[in-house]
Amino acid sequence: MTIARVLGSVTSSIHHPALNGAKLLLVLPFGTSRAGLAVDGVGAGTGDTVLIVEEGAVAANYLGRTDPPVKSVVVGIVDVGLSVAEA
Amino acid sequence: MGWGRVVGAVVCTVKEPSLIGVPLLLLEPLNQSFATAGRPFVAADAIGAERGQIVIYETAREAAGAFAHRPPVDAAIIGIVDQTVRS
Repeated sequence: MTIARVLGSVTSSIHHPALNGAKLLLVLPFGTSRAGLAVDGVGAGTGDTVLIVEEGAVAANYLGRTDPPVKSVVVGIVDVGLSVAEA
Repeated sequence: MGWGRVVGAVVCTVKEPSLIGVPLLLLEPLNQSFATAGRPFVAADAIGAERGQIVIYETAREAAGAFAHRPPVDAAIIGIVDQTVRS
């Protein structure tokens, strides 16, 4: 699992059916300079510090589908006090 | 999961049978500023992307889940980016 900051959201009207109804977030893992994308599983928003899991079985639970072509999921919003300590 | 720009296509006459009919595109990974963030790689296209488009991809074993027959691929294009929202 990694901790990242949410930079914004991404929309995609042409996408794989597994992403139907999913909200995609642009996330920047701490200590890196390259952002990635993740499915939002907890209602996170821009500026939040979040916990990300990269595992297809976890994504399957959130997307309600077996074998989705997705592994990156936001599974938690890190408390402000902890995020300051981490940074 | 990340995003990248489609910079080309790859054609293989001789290939694993389950790759027949699976378009292979050359993707250039991008960072949060849409600047190149690494070497181009080949991704299987599950949604009909075209050259120049900015697309969403997933890597590793989950990529095969983009196709019902689970071909041997480790990167798949699963969406086309419409827009990003940041604040």
